[in-house]
Amino acid sequence: MSLLELVKINKNFGGVQALDDVSLTINKGEIYGLIGPNGAGKTTLFNVITGVYLPNNGGISFDQQSIVGRKPYQVALAGIARTFQNIRLFQNMTVMENVMVGMHANTSTGSFGAIFSTKSARHEEKMIREQSAKWLSYVGILTEANNLARNLSYGDQRRLEIARALATKPKLLALDEPAAGMNATETEELKLLIQRIRNDGISILLIEHDVKLIMNLCDRVAVLDFGQKIAEDVPQRVRTDPKVIQAYIGGELP
Amino acid sequence: MKYFMQDLWRRFTGNRRALFFGYVLLFVALALLPFLLSNTVGRTWVRILDFALIYAMLALGLNIVVGFAGLLDLGYIAFYAVGAYTWALLASPQFDLHLPFWAILPIGAGMAALFGVLLGAPTLRLRGDYLAIVTLGFGEIIRIFLNNLDHPVNVTNGPIGINKIDPISIGGADLTKTHELLGIVFSGVHIYYYVLLILLFLTIVICVRLEKSRIGRAWLAIREDELAAQAMGINTRNVKLLAFALGAMFGGVAGGLFASLQGFVSPESFGLLESIMVLCMVVLGGMGHVYGVLLGALLLTVLPEILRSTASPIQRTLFGEVYIDPEALRMLLFGLALILVMLVRPTGLWPAPKRRTVIDQDIVED
Repeated sequence: MSLLELVKINKNFGGVQALDDVSLTINKGEIYGLIGPNGAGKTTLFNVITGVYLPNNGGISFDQQSIVGRKPYQVALAGIARTFQNIRLFQNMTVMENVMVGMHANTSTGSFGAIFSTKSARHEEKMIREQSAKWLSYVGILTEANNLARNLSYGDQRRLEIARALATKPKLLALDEPAAGMNATETEELKLLIQRIRNDGISILLIEHDVKLIMNLCDRVAVLDFGQKIAEDVPQRVRTDPKVIQAYIGGELP
Repeated sequence: MKYFMQDLWRRFTGNRRALFFGYVLLFVALALLPFLLSNTVGRTWVRILDFALIYAMLALGLNIVVGFAGLLDLGYIAFYAVGAYTWALLASPQFDLHLPFWAILPIGAGMAALFGVLLGAPTLRLRGDYLAIVTLGFGEIIRIFLNNLDHPVNVTNGPIGINKIDPISIGGADLTKTHELLGIVFSGVHIYYYVLLILLFLTIVICVRLEKSRIGRAWLAIREDELAAQAMGINTRNVKLLAFALGAMFGGVAGGLFASLQGFVSPESFGLLESIMVLCMVVLGGMGHVYGVLLGALLLTVLPEILRSTASPIQRTLFGEVYIDPEALRMLLFGLALILVMLVRPTGLWPAPKRRTVIDQDIVED
């Protein structure tokens, strides 16, 4: 069953063709990897999916609905949560509050409820706190709840970003280089976390440079090069694909 | 006020009874303050206090836009003007309308909120300096409109302003006149003080509740990182417009009260300098912190008045004559104070404490 389907996506910036007829399908319950050399268009594709960029043409359907032209917040409401390559937390808010912001999508208290502190508003607020605490303990940083986000260690900031994204109750979690800058232990912990998220029923799109992580984790992998998808298959076969090797090291292995 | 007192007392005692006692003490002190002032330093000071309360309300409104949502607004005084002129037009001999205050107050608030949205809508994509420039222009547009709307149809009386504005009256009793209740004589400024105090208290409650709500968190999120806020499913357009509207609303209410207390409005009360003054209260006090902003507003309205009344006598006793005009001294000291605060306490005199979300201990231990 397909969850996200991209059909012939094109995106160019001036004369640069960043994405060239890219089509791909992510199935429900899948961990889907996206790799490629620097400048291949991975992050552009990511931004097209999440509504930051509008594709020049092509179709995107998520959960049987077209989401082309939707704004980032609408894409988030539709059920695609994301993290950012260069971590973008709400630095001066506490760890807990960061996750509480993530609960925004699925809650409804407006200014009226807030000002008059209505019963339903108080009830919802309590629910938000409990859920947020739950997500923090899910990624394992509940003890940091009252610290400011900017005071967290690098690895914990990555975890917090994932917790915040999960709080929006996504069907698809899109991770943009989550292992960047992590040491081997942290990467291993991240791998376990991602597997756990998938086992809890959330599909995952993973952009990563860490080839080992991709190979260990993903069900299927797509390779982008100069804006084109040059391969898509299970990791073992992608690894030996001559076109992929060509793209990465500029020629055949001896 | 509630949270303020809680914080204060928790620090000293952690005792509920002490907390209650603190409330009572504060209440009595605030209630007696105007009598204390008028019997020691004169009734003018109660009037100054009235204006301080109006400015506090204004600064708290601006704090929603600048402090919470992080949208730098340099034309905030325009909403104050809208509120003041709404009151002036609906309760003065200008059009011979004399609506009661409980009707004008919401109309003024609504008008200001409407103008807030009108300003907000075209500036949604702007941030920082660019937003500041546009809002600055908006503030001037409103002032210039008010200045020139005396022809072809006379609406605002132009630069002359509108005179003889009705004061707040309850059951036919004019609140700017002296009244006697239970043998205690309340002069007009006293009564206004209580009215303003109640409204300011409401403003504080609303601000604190908003800040700690889902909406408040969305504002802070936009301030911290707009793109990330969008990725959380926050409709940044609506949430920003809400900030503009609610902030403007408080400005409108403050403007209406100003018009009724003063009995007179003219465009020159709503210049750029006023906008900057209110912004200074927010920044100096502690951007985004309700009580800090309150402190900033009170300091920047009361201190200049103290200076004004003492600068000349002090110089006369020290040097025998007045060397520096108090007005010049005021600007000099104000500038100096700004520089000092920004150097020593760049986040304001009383910045938001390290934000703590109280989470139940049992959740943590689970």
